[in-house]
Amino acid sequence: MRLSLLAAVIALACVTAAPGADPARGKALYDARCGGCHTIAENGPGPRHQGLFGCRAGTQPGYAYSEALRVSGIVWNDAMLDRWLADPNALVPGNAMVVQLAPLATERVDLIAFLRTAAQGPRTCRRSNAPTP
Amino acid sequence: MTEANTDHALIASPQRRALLARTAMLSTTAMALLSGVSLRSLAATPRDEQTGSDVAILNVALGLEHEGIAAYEIGAGTGLLSKPLLSVAVLFKGHHEGHREVLAGAIEKLGGTPVQPRSLAEYKASSKLDIGSIATAEDILRLAQRLELGAINAYLGVMPSFADRSLSKVAGRLIADETLHYTVLSQSLGQPLPQNTLSFGA
Ligand code: HEC
Repeated sequence: MRLSLLAAVIALACVTAAPGADPARGKALYDARCGGCHTIAENGPGPRHQGLFGCRAGTQPGYAYSEALRVSGIVWNDAMLDRWLADPNALVPGNAMVVQLAPLATERVDLIAFLRTAAQGPRTCRRSNAPTP
Repeated sequence: MTEANTDHALIASPQRRALLARTAMLSTTAMALLSGVSLRSLAATPRDEQTGSDVAILNVALGLEHEGIAAYEIGAGTGLLSKPLLSVAVLFKGHHEGHREVLAGAIEKLGGTPVQPRSLAEYKASSKLDIGSIATAEDILRLAQRLELGAINAYLGVMPSFADRSLSKVAGRLIADETLHYTVLSQSLGQPLPQNTLSFGA
């Protein structure tokens, strides 16, 4: 009982943008740890992140994703991003990102808060409610 | 690219398919250069899935090295760098060219196809390098510093995923070079040393 309450609290903390979230710190983390492979606007070694929230995973046009991520059925929101960044291989075995660069929950909260503001803009990915082709 | 996603005969499993898709993405320039050559003959044919995944990681790294070489070349060509800074930029570019050879060699040894660099014009136009915003020598140092840090952290992130442990040693040596570059660039920019321990990676 107490455990499940704890789990619920933790789950909630993951979903709501935590009050302590620091998008500026998230930007510094993003530049340093994700910037080698990602930018918001352009595909590179990793896909672009523009319009990320509400996107089906693996649907930015012009990027050749792993089959594993494309068929994962994931729709990106705070909770899913938290799990992905904690351990991409655990969430989507066979994915092509392979890196674990955000093991601390506090860092993930900041990264996600940054992405929420920075990844806004015209959405080119497939929306969560679009049918799977 | 779409060809990579539809060529089922080539693809044995989801993992293999993912790898090929990745190799194909990274090799867009090579494919453009060799247009007319079938993808089948171009695709990497690593011996097994783990090797294939190592090749994919090495190709991401090689892509970052190509980008770093281009950035130093563009920076050196601006005429903004003083003589001593120019010689540092040329030296660091040379180090990255060495990394390029090591990585391309490792990829070929594993039966993969090394990703080709993009054109200098493409690098100049990329929002990641943001060459248009460069107005001073400091801007060049900051760009180089950002790329070195991104590469250090990318290498640190992928390092535990190598199936072949000898590749982790290679990655470690590349990281050491890049950390050296990062330190020199930070000093040139007059930035303080990191106060925290374990300030790279995660
Ligand atoms: C070594 C390169 C590399 C680094 C570093 C990296 N990524 Fe990725 N990322 C990838 C690749 C490759 C994919 C595509 C994965 C696939 O196709 O399975 C990806 C996919 C993603 C996706 C899914 C996007 C989509 O369109 O579905 C997100 C979100 C993401 N990365 C966030 C991050 C964040 C945040 C960081 C920093 C903590 C980061 N990545 C660091 C290479 C990287």
